[in-house]
Amino acid sequence: MPSFNLNQVKVGLKILMGNDPCVIVDADFVKPGKGQAFTKIKFKNYRTGRVNEITMKASDTVEGANVVDTEMQYLYNDGSDWTFMDLETYDQITASKELLGDTIQWLVEEDLCLVTLLDGYPIVVTPPNFVIMEIVETDPGVRGDTSGGGNKPATLTSGAVVRVPLFVQTGEKVKVDTRTGAYVSRA
Amino acid sequence: MAFEDWRPAASLERIKIRAKVLAQVRGFFAERGVLEVETPLLSGATVTDLHLHTLATEAEIPGLGGPTRLHLQTSPEFAMKRLLAAGSGPIYQLCKAFRDQEAGRLHNPEFTILEWYRPGWDHHRLMDEIENLLTVILGAAPARRRSYGELFSTELGVDPHRDSAETLRRRALKQGLEDVAGLDREGWLSLMMTHHLEPTLGRDAPTFLFDYPADQAALARIRHDDPPVAERFEVYVNGIELANGYHELTDAGEQRRRFEQDLEIRRSRGLPEAPIDHRLIDALDHGMPACAGVALGVDRLVMLAAGASDLKDVIAFPIERA
Repeated sequence: MPSFNLNQVKVGLKILMGNDPCVIVDADFVKPGKGQAFTKIKFKNYRTGRVNEITMKASDTVEGANVVDTEMQYLYNDGSDWTFMDLETYDQITASKELLGDTIQWLVEEDLCLVTLLDGYPIVVTPPNFVIMEIVETDPGVRGDTSGGGNKPATLTSGAVVRVPLFVQTGEKVKVDTRTGAYVSRA
Repeated sequence: MAFEDWRPAASLERIKIRAKVLAQVRGFFAERGVLEVETPLLSGATVTDLHLHTLATEAEIPGLGGPTRLHLQTSPEFAMKRLLAAGSGPIYQLCKAFRDQEAGRLHNPEFTILEWYRPGWDHHRLMDEIENLLTVILGAAPARRRSYGELFSTELGVDPHRDSAETLRRRALKQGLEDVAGLDREGWLSLMMTHHLEPTLGRDAPTFLFDYPADQAALARIRHDDPPVAERFEVYVNGIELANGYHELTDAGEQRRRFEQDLEIRRSRGLPEAPIDHRLIDALDHGMPACAGVALGVDRLVMLAAGASDLKDVIAFPIERA
């Protein structure tokens, strides 16, 4: 991969820090009228989500990372590997249960997810912001209460548990915000 | 919809503030009998300064005998000093200057510079005049003056004139600055300045920093105190470096030595050669009056006058739209 000096780094550039793929989220060029130039970059680690910063001087470079974000459809899983397909090329990739972690609970078959690949291998799978899933189990709640005011836990097909209003019942489909895990509406 | 980058980046209101600032500057110097001059933006020679990157072009000029490499000036300093040596008296210039490899919130590779020279004055007297100018244009409060040594000693507990790179590094890390491998003395002082000190300077009133370490003299004369100091100053307003000035070096031999020393370091670091301005050396040889001079970033001045925080907000067409 090419490397980049302090004049070439910019927001959105994907780089390797240590062995971790990262994306630059902020780049600030500073230079005294007489004196050395520095660029302070902040970068987000794809694996950990953590943001760190370094200061680059004129002779420093950072290594580029072959990271691409691709929209892929989630197809199926066999309990240990989850399979995704690029709808344009029909290329398929698999992501392990370990890699996906808590993301698994938001994966609905045929939904389009954003798969981040490093050298062709998935490092992050981002589910759609909103998913629709069926409730497989929740307490009956209070019949006739349609006004909100109070909520209860509900288990979805994926096993995810979200708080839903009392009037929502088992067998109904609900829309959930995957970024917060919050119930949005009946679907 | 496509991003409409044909439009100016600065609002019309700020373009008018720029016009007003330029008129105020010209009025200020007309009142004081300082002559406005123009010197070439293109020159065969250029600066040797290690941290300045010159833009150059290959030109085909009739009468110059074939293809000629011409450099866009990084400041009008050398040509203006030739005018001083020719007996111009006090002069000022408002013009464009160009620096490659500089872009950001406070940098545009093409920028407007105000530079002026006062024969017979030292750097402190020139600071008085700059203070007046800032009062006229920014309505600034009376300025504060601090020596470079006092600032670093008070704020960071270091002696910027004597401490080694390693001592500076240890102190910087203690202050929470992160480590940057391979910085020399000047590099650490620059880092402390830009990352730690600069943002705090000139908050309530302009701050002048004066008497720099001798190894950052640039084109200032060196006063042989203990330790020796460069009679150089900078002006900070609202955490922004606005101007850099000198009690000017007038010694032709010393000037040539500094140029040659820069070129030697350029060669050792693999930086491009910079042709020495022999006409400047000849002018100094002929005799330039003792004087103080300063270069001020006009775009930054307009930014401060307009209450903006990014140069792009006061330049009609910054480099991305040029």
